Amino acid sequence: MFREIAQYFRQDKLPHMWCPGCGNGMILAAFARTMKELNIDQDRTVIVSGIGCSSRSSGYLDFDTLHTTHGRALAFATGVKLAKPELNVIVLSGDGDSTAIGGNHLIHAARRNLDLTLVVFNNSIYGMTGGQYSPMSPPGKKATTAPYGTLERTFNLVDIAKAAGATYVARSTAYHHRLLTKLIVNGIKHKGFSLIEAVSQCPVNYGRQNKAGTPADMLKWQKDHAITVEAAQQLGAGEMQDKFLIGELHQGEAPEYTAEYLKIIARAAGEGGGK
Amino acid sequence: MKEQQYQVLINKGWCKGCGICTGLCPTKNLYLDEKGKVHSQNPPTCIGCQLCSANCPDYAITVTKKGEKPGQSQHLSVQVSGKQELPQEQTQPSFPAKPVPKTRLLQGNEACAEGAIAAGVRFFAGYPITPSTEIAEKLAGLLPKVGGKFIQMEDEIAGIAAVLGASLTGVKAITATSGPGFSLMQENIGFAAMAEVPCVIVNVQRFGPSTGMPTSAGQGDVMQARWGTHGDHPVVVLTPASVEETYHLTVKAVEISEQLRVPVILLMDEVIGHLREKVSLPDLDLAVERNRDTERPRLTLSKELYLPYRPDPNGVPPMASFGQGMRFHVTGLAHDETGFPTNDSQVAGALVTRLNRKIADRCDRLAMAEEYMLDDARLVVVTYGGMARAARKAVKLARAEGLPVGMLRLITLWPFPEKYLHRLNQGVKRVLVPEMNLGQIKLEVERISKGRWQVLGLPKVDGELFTPDELLTRIKEEVAACLGK
Ligand SMILES: Cc1ncc(C[n+]2csc(CCOP(=O)(O)OP(=O)(O)O)c2C)c(N)n1
Ligand code: SF4
Repeated sequence: MFREIAQYFRQDKLPHMWCPGCGNGMILAAFARTMKELNIDQDRTVIVSGIGCSSRSSGYLDFDTLHTTHGRALAFATGVKLAKPELNVIVLSGDGDSTAIGGNHLIHAARRNLDLTLVVFNNSIYGMTGGQYSPMSPPGKKATTAPYGTLERTFNLVDIAKAAGATYVARSTAYHHRLLTKLIVNGIKHKGFSLIEAVSQCPVNYGRQNKAGTPADMLKWQKDHAITVEAAQQLGAGEMQDKFLIGELHQGEAPEYTAEYLKIIARAAGEGGGK
Repeated sequence: MKEQQYQVLINKGWCKGCGICTGLCPTKNLYLDEKGKVHSQNPPTCIGCQLCSANCPDYAITVTKKGEKPGQSQHLSVQVSGKQELPQEQTQPSFPAKPVPKTRLLQGNEACAEGAIAAGVRFFAGYPITPSTEIAEKLAGLLPKVGGKFIQMEDEIAGIAAVLGASLTGVKAITATSGPGFSLMQENIGFAAMAEVPCVIVNVQRFGPSTGMPTSAGQGDVMQARWGTHGDHPVVVLTPASVEETYHLTVKAVEISEQLRVPVILLMDEVIGHLREKVSLPDLDLAVERNRDTERPRLTLSKELYLPYRPDPNGVPPMASFGQGMRFHVTGLAHDETGFPTNDSQVAGALVTRLNRKIADRCDRLAMAEEYMLDDARLVVVTYGGMARAARKAVKLARAEGLPVGMLRLITLWPFPEKYLHRLNQGVKRVLVPEMNLGQIKLEVERISKGRWQVLGLPKVDGELFTPDELLTRIKEEVAACLGK
């Protein structure tokens, strides 16, 4: 309940700006619960976001917060983290923000394995600008820039992150917020780049065009179509067809960038930086 | 079965009537009224499943056992969070900077890198591009030696973004590029201007537009350096004409950027970037010492009193660093003194005005130029950067022949150093502006001239400088015309 997580919010900024039924508020609550579960030091944690409805999150959270330019949150966050590795740096971003305009920064942040946690609010659409298609819009779905349905295929964000070298990759939904909290907790604890995709609903700019029903219907859709990794093992091949997996989907090991850089500093100093 | 065990409390101010709770409630306890606000049945049929409160995107619902106090959710007294096992503060070893020898043969780009270290820069992020790459290469080696950080990013957009992120943690940060990369950086340069994040951007200009001639010089980015990002924004642009000056102007650029919280562009060109000269530089230790007063205005207020964008009497807001406990918000949206977005046109207007006045009110102090043999000149060559080297020689040669010629070499390009033009002697008849573009600074000189002198452009856009002889020929023609011979 809200009172348990109230301390992580700038309460004078509430109610938030999001439309009725928007998943962003739910994901943000799940995120605040991770802060509580980790008992995180609010003075030593920086939240970085891009541009979009979901990226407005940073303004509601009581931390040092950095609301950057569209797509560039991870690049700003890289500077924050490398300059001050002792800070916890967490990035909140939309699907367009992180996979379209920011796609290049995403794969390189994953590749470097800098100790950042990225939460992607995936509502399959550009919400803020009024419902244009994103790289995460399912093929055939309508968008203001795809009045006949999109022709493009969807990115598999989990596979991209994995292939790019992310060492923790997970997915949940706004509806499965308890799982989401658990996954973000594990992502933050993980030393290295972690990505948590949070499937969300935009009832206004995605839902209306695609006749997805009420916000509650969209949540029920998430409930019915998201299958946990454990449950999926009991299902036959055909049964997963229109479903998607949630849970921890990949874990790997690789040297963490800032720790490695500190070794370089030690080495460079030894080679005549100072005596 | 006991009845009415639970009660549902609703914060009507936050409820937006989305219908998620009414849709999910298994006992149909909740309903929306005609105003779209949610209500509980009376008596409630609530079974305490919490589906509504857990899924409310607006945090408007609290379910409690009947009789239990809901607790103060608004303005809850903040619990002091204990440290958890996340990364410990890593104390970085502090390294005394290694003094550099007094006189050395150095390239312009290398001098820029050393100037950055001397100015206290401890962070570089960028993307390699000719003819600026040596700056990155040099800093990749130097920075870790002084406990600083270097990172090669995936592109220039990321380079400047990382620089801004680092700067917000209180570290002096720099990036270096050339035309194509400079174009990519523009959006985030605007962010730096709007959010007042100190940073230095070095642009070693090459021949353009587009990929142009990567190893040839140009001065075509003069206007882009001023107006490249959208919106009216403050920016300072400095341009060096020698290797030694590159070192000092890099220090100066950091200083201005930190003190005024503005992006400062060091506009070099390929000629200076790749030039090798004997230079005598201050020993690094001394430079670092001097650098004590190049700090940004730091915060002295407590968290309760801190308004991140309330300017001090100089018009510059004192700056906290991330991790200092101030929990402040930084955005490129128009914002008020609290740092949070606003759509109030008066506040937005006042913000843009203040941002630009940080520079406009200091035009004369920021203006730097070299006045060379101007006292009795009838013809003045106004020039800057690499082109100034040829111009100086030509002026010297002309003087040797007894011709009344002088040179005004601009060091600050923006804000345009008008005062030097205003104080040209009364006898000046003509002003000649040789530059490696089609007349970008000539336009400014014309604006100041208001017909006092005849302003003649002398463009060169083939990637090469004029030779001193070529300039001398032209100077002679113009002097003859001035003196009516
Ligand atoms: C450089 C740039 N291009 C375009 C925009 C316009 N724009 C703002 S938000 C946005 C898309 C946001 O979509 P997403 O990241 O999925 O976030 P959502 O709003 O759906 O949460 C776009 C295209 C911009 N602000 N900056
Ligand atoms: S447009 Fe969509 S994503 Fe944006 S606030 Fe509204 S419902 Fe949420």
